Amino acid sequence: MPRALRALRRRERVMKKVLSGNHAAAVAAQLARTQVSVGYPITPATQVFEALAEMKAKGELPGEFIAAESEHSVMAALLGASTAGARTFTATSSHGLAYMHEVLHWVAGARLPIVMVDVNRALAAPWNLWTDQTDSLSQRDTGWMQTYCSTNQEVLDTVLMSFKIAERVMLPSMVVLDGFTLSHSYEPVDVPSQAEVDAFLPPFRPELKLDPDQPITFGSLTQPKDYLRLRRRMAADMAEAENAVEEVGREFGEIFGRSYGQLDPYRCEDAETILVTSGAVGSTARAAVDALREKGLKAGNLRLRAFRPFPAKSLRAFVKPGMKLAVVDRNYSPGMGGIFAQEIKAALYPRPGVSVHGYVTGLGGGDITVELLQEVWERVDDAPVAEVPAATWVEDAR
Amino acid sequence: MTTLKKTKTSIPVAELMSSGHLACQGCGATMAMRYALKGLGDRTVMVVPACCWTVISGANPRSSINLPLLHSPFAAAAATATGVKAGLVSRGDRETTVVAWAGDGGTFDIGIQALSGAADRDEDILYVCYDNEAYMNTGVQRSGGTPSGAWTMSTPAGSARPKKDLDAIMLAHHIPYFATATPAYAEDMVRKFAKARTVKGFRFIHILSPCPPGWKTDPMDSTKLSRLAVQTGLFRLYEVEEGVTRLNMNVTNRKPVEEYLKAQGRFKSMPAGEIAAIQRRVDAAWEPEKGRPS
Ligand SMILES: Cc1ncc(C[n+]2csc(CCOP(=O)(O)OP(=O)(O)O)c2C)c(N)n1
Ligand code: SF4
Repeated sequence: MPRALRALRRRERVMKKVLSGNHAAAVAAQLARTQVSVGYPITPATQVFEALAEMKAKGELPGEFIAAESEHSVMAALLGASTAGARTFTATSSHGLAYMHEVLHWVAGARLPIVMVDVNRALAAPWNLWTDQTDSLSQRDTGWMQTYCSTNQEVLDTVLMSFKIAERVMLPSMVVLDGFTLSHSYEPVDVPSQAEVDAFLPPFRPELKLDPDQPITFGSLTQPKDYLRLRRRMAADMAEAENAVEEVGREFGEIFGRSYGQLDPYRCEDAETILVTSGAVGSTARAAVDALREKGLKAGNLRLRAFRPFPAKSLRAFVKPGMKLAVVDRNYSPGMGGIFAQEIKAALYPRPGVSVHGYVTGLGGGDITVELLQEVWERVDDAPVAEVPAATWVEDAR
Repeated sequence: MTTLKKTKTSIPVAELMSSGHLACQGCGATMAMRYALKGLGDRTVMVVPACCWTVISGANPRSSINLPLLHSPFAAAAATATGVKAGLVSRGDRETTVVAWAGDGGTFDIGIQALSGAADRDEDILYVCYDNEAYMNTGVQRSGGTPSGAWTMSTPAGSARPKKDLDAIMLAHHIPYFATATPAYAEDMVRKFAKARTVKGFRFIHILSPCPPGWKTDPMDSTKLSRLAVQTGLFRLYEVEEGVTRLNMNVTNRKPVEEYLKAQGRFKSMPAGEIAAIQRRVDAAWEPEKGRPS
C-alpha cells in the first residue's frame, strides 16, 4: 500500500474534536497512559487539572491522580513518583511554575523524564493573568527541555512526542503554550486513537527505580568530581536531545501524518528579512508574512519550537549571509533584553553578514497583531546594528 | 510489665542499618532509625529531606541503610513520599511502606505545608519526625521545635518562645494513627513502627531525639536523657488511634524537670525561676488528665 494511502487510512480512524489548548494537553496525557498525574490550580492552566480530575472521577484516567496542596509539592510528588518508575505529568503556569523552581532543578539533576505543560502567563507585581514568556524562560537554566507550541494540535502532539523524547534522553520536558490565546481557544484537533499512540509510545520502563528488591539510594551527597561528571553527562544528553527532537518529530509524522522539527520556517526560501517568533505569535506572523509578500516584499517567518536544547545547529544551517532577523520577544530580561534575541545572537556568533534585531512586545498579554508584526518587519531595514545589545520596545497603538 | 527475657526477644535481631554511618557519637537520630527499621522491615522505601540524615545515610555511592532511599527537597518530604507511594501503586506494588523521615526543622517549619497537605489527603504514608529540637545539620539554629530557654546559635540568650505544639497540629488533621517515641524505650518504639506499618492512611510518629553537639551533652548520655525526658513528664509516650488516646507510660512519680534540664549545656544559662515555671507547666499538664500534654 502506498505510503500516502496508508496515512489516509490512518487519518480516517482519527477523531476530529474541537478542543481548547488546555483540553488538548489533558487528552494527550490520558492517551500517553500517564501513571501518576499531580496538579494544583492556577489560571490559565486550571482546566488541565480539572480535566484530569474529571477523567479520574469517570474512571477514564488509568493512573493515579493527586490534587496536591501547592505546586512545590506537585513537583516533589512527581519527583517521588517518577523515581518509583511511573510515567508522570502535570500542568501549571506563572507563579505556580516559579514556586516549583527548586524542584525543577532537582528533577532535571535526577534525570527524571517528567512532562509538564506550562501555560505562559506574566508574573506579578503587578498582578497580570495574560500571556508572557517570562515564567517559562525564568526556568531556562533548570535543565528542562522546552518546546513552544503555536496551535492546539501542536500542544497535543508535542505532549506525546515529549514523553518519548524525555524517556529517551532521561531529561524532563516542558510543553509551553500561550495563556488564553491557546489555552482557552477552541480549535479542531485530530485526536489519535489509543492504538496509534500505543504504537508510537511504548510504556516507561526505567532501568533504575525505587524498589525494595533492589535497594539503591537516589540523590545522596556527591563529591565535586562526580558532581561535575554527572553535570557533564547531562550536557551530553541535552545535546543528544537535539537529534532526538528531530528524529521523534519525523517518526511522529510517519504514524500521524504531521511531522515536527526544532524550527518551523515559513516562506523563507528567498527571504532576506525574517520575523523570528515563538508560540502562538507564529500563526500571526504567517499572516503578516503573507501580507508583506503581497506587497512584493521578501518576508519570511522562522518559528522556534525548541528552546531547550537550543536549536543552535539547525539555526546556523538555516541562516544565510545577508539575512536580517527580527526577533519578536514576548519576554524581557531586565538589564539585558529579549531572551530569544540574546540566545539567537549567542548561537550565531561569530557570523558576519547576519544581523539580529530584538523587539520586545506583547508583555503581559498585549496584542501582537498582523499590523504590528508588519511594522516590526519594515523597521528592520532602517535599523542600525546596535553596538550594545539593546532591545527595541514596541507596542500596538491601535 | 514484661520480663527482661521477653523484652530482649521482642525486638527483631535483623539489622537494616549498618555501622559506618556518618552521624556524631551518641546521635539519637541514628538509634531512632535503627529501631524504626526493626519495626518496619525491609519492604520499606525511605524519603529523606535535607537534615542530618542526609549526611548520616552516607555519601554516594555508599549507604548506611539497606533500603531504597530517595533524598528530597527540604520542604517536601511528605509530598515526595506521596508521589513515591502513588508511583509504586501505579506499578502494582501496594505493599511497600513509604516513610518520610525528617528533622524538626523540616517538619515544624519549612515542611509543614506539604506535611499538612499529605495528612489532609490521608495519604497512605508514614511520616516520622526525629525531633532534636533545632536545625542541627546547619550548625544548631532555632526551629519551631526548640523549647523555651534553649541556647542555639540563633538564640544565644536562650529561645524566648515555647516549643510549637506539633502534636496538636497533627492530631487536628484527624489522622488514623499518631504516636510519640524516644530511643530510650526501644521496645515501645519498635512496637509503634510495626503497628504503623499495618495501618492504612496517614500515620505520624514524633520521636524525641537527643543530639550531643546541639544539646551540649555527653554522647554517653543520650539514652539517659531521652529516658529522663519521659520520666520528668516533659515528653509523653502515647499513641492516638482513630481518635482514641492511649498513654503508654504513666509517670505518676515524675522526676523533677531540673534533672533533665541541668544535664544539658544548652539550658545552662536558664534562670531558676524559669525552671520552676516549666515544672509548674508540666505538673499542670499531667494532672488530672492522663492523655496528651496540653
Ligand atoms: C530550601 C532550603 N533552605 C535551607 C536549607 C538548608 N538546610 C539544610 S538542612 C537544614 C536544617 C535541618 O534541620 P532539621 O530539619 O531540624 O534536621 P536536623 O538537621 O536537625 O537533623 C537547613 C536549614 C535547604 N537545604 N533547603
Ligand atoms: S548533629 Fe546531632 S542529630 Fe546531627 S548527626 Fe550529630 S548528633 Fe545526630
